[in-house]
Amino acid sequence: MSGTASLLDTEPRRGTLAALGSVARRRARRVREAMIAGLLRGCAFSAVAGLLLIIVFVLKEAMPVLFDAATRKEASLAAYFATSMWQPVGDIPKYGILPLLVGTLKVVVVAMAFAIPVGVMAAVFASEFAPARIREALKPAVEMLAGIPSVVLGFFALIVMASWVQAITGAHSRLNAVNAGLALGLGVIPTIFSVSEDALRAVPRSYREASLALGASRWATAWNVTLPAAGAGVAAGILLGLARAVGETMIVLMASGNAAIVSRDLLDSVRTLSASIAAELAEVVVGSPHYATLFFLGAILFATTFIINVVAGLFVERLRRRLAGA
Amino acid sequence: MTTEAVGTLLRPLTKTLGRDWSGKSLTWLTALAALLIVAMVAVILGQIAWFGAPTLTWEFLSTAPTQGMTAGGIFPAIFGTAVLVILMVVALVPFGVGAAIYLHEYARPDAWFTRAVRFSVNNLAGVPSIVFGLFGLGFFIQFLGRNIDRALGLDVVWGQPALIWAALTLALLNLPVVIVTSEEALRTVPREMREASLALGATRWQTIRNVLLPQAMPGILTGAILSVARGAGEVAPILFTGAAYYLPYLPGAPTDQFMELGYHIYVLSTQSPDIDATKPLLYGTVLVLLLLTMLFNLTAIVLRTRMRARLAGRG
Repeated sequence: MSGTASLLDTEPRRGTLAALGSVARRRARRVREAMIAGLLRGCAFSAVAGLLLIIVFVLKEAMPVLFDAATRKEASLAAYFATSMWQPVGDIPKYGILPLLVGTLKVVVVAMAFAIPVGVMAAVFASEFAPARIREALKPAVEMLAGIPSVVLGFFALIVMASWVQAITGAHSRLNAVNAGLALGLGVIPTIFSVSEDALRAVPRSYREASLALGASRWATAWNVTLPAAGAGVAAGILLGLARAVGETMIVLMASGNAAIVSRDLLDSVRTLSASIAAELAEVVVGSPHYATLFFLGAILFATTFIINVVAGLFVERLRRRLAGA
Repeated sequence: MTTEAVGTLLRPLTKTLGRDWSGKSLTWLTALAALLIVAMVAVILGQIAWFGAPTLTWEFLSTAPTQGMTAGGIFPAIFGTAVLVILMVVALVPFGVGAAIYLHEYARPDAWFTRAVRFSVNNLAGVPSIVFGLFGLGFFIQFLGRNIDRALGLDVVWGQPALIWAALTLALLNLPVVIVTSEEALRTVPREMREASLALGATRWQTIRNVLLPQAMPGILTGAILSVARGAGEVAPILFTGAAYYLPYLPGAPTDQFMELGYHIYVLSTQSPDIDATKPLLYGTVLVLLLLTMLFNLTAIVLRTRMRARLAGRG
């Protein structure tokens, strides 16, 4: 600990030489302090730089879709919606992204229809009704679920769950939107649960006490007082879960069957935006229309999740202000 | 709290009072949702442990795959994952901790720079992992790597998928995790300790290095461990930045490709020529990855619980 020496160095000094020395030393120290502060500021800037670089370089590789004449002959915004076929490999490649959008929508709808009720209700249970001991057991279980890598959830959905889902629904294809959606829901539940539970627990006790003192039951209190008061936080949790569901890759890549079909049937196999990128990018020629298109899909994913996350952030801010003002 | 606020909140309640017959059953429904989560976790972990355990032998852990990956072990994947995660942590922790120190000790909360950093951290955490993969390919490989090759007059050494690029991509992905946990850790250090150190004449940096960092170390470790758990399990960011389907050798340089546990699971479960022969290996690999991530996660949870207890104890 070399810093200790100067920490204890408080002896009074006499004489000009010593005084000059201490002035020089103090200046050197000040310069060093400023340099360190600058260095730390640079570290903090790395987060900003990272986000900017992601935006710049994903857009840069996707740009030919909008501005490069040669690329636009095959892949442009018009081409994306001119057909509803996604066949990027072949003599005449077809880049219709409609099936990918429909596929993403279907999987996300199933996932959220499963994850929102389960996640929010479990959060209400944990914060309002559960005895302390059960709550202490529930939270690690959710953290364990959050800790399961998405490739493992994908594996489970592919090898194990798909057979169960097929047996129950009688689906034609073993891998389909319901199977992928349920697995995706599992991946999203921890986010919805944790954020909602935090928000519910942040509601002041006096709210609940006032309601209970008026004779309301615990359920009525939870449903009519606590949940509305924490509403912005619960909404933020749902939005963060939604953003994750839209962007999640490995689960849908492994569990959805990856057939680019436009249909209403949730039991059809589907191909999502994220899974298309993951499955195709490794075999694509750098700079080709297909390459630019996959980056364009990535830009769509980025923009969608970015907007959802910003809105979620606004909800969190609103909750904080509301509870602080209370 | 104002009485009007409570009044507004209670208004829907007064309407519901008196017809609360369904309250009890709905309470049970929330308990059921919680039970469902626990049951699903138990089923998943139980299934994997049951079918994976027989495969877990020393031979499986210490040898390479053979016969088109339908036999043999997973040592190269374990090795690759370890090297990948170590490189990631080395690149990540200094930046993450530095940023946290800046945010908590130096930054004025309402300055535009501080707000930009916080906004970036929050939104970086929400960027889909596959987009990190795209970024890694577009920035590290196509831009940085290609330019390094050009500058050094090399053929294609840096401008291709490699261990170093995968590690850096994962480092950026995990930057928010380390920043947020490290800042939380700094928050647990009592203000009096800072003041005492400064009052003794120590400079800001001396205070940070000799007082704050030692105190906040468990929390900083938590962040690093969490990032390891997450880094070991992420597959999407390394799909195009360095992971290899199969390699007959271990990576020896930062520009080598590597095998990785999560990617190995993906490959085995989707591209196996003989899924029945592969299944035991697959379950074994999943169990190894799960045990690794769970181990790191549990350590982090324990550390964090202790830290929060200390914070709560200060009140």
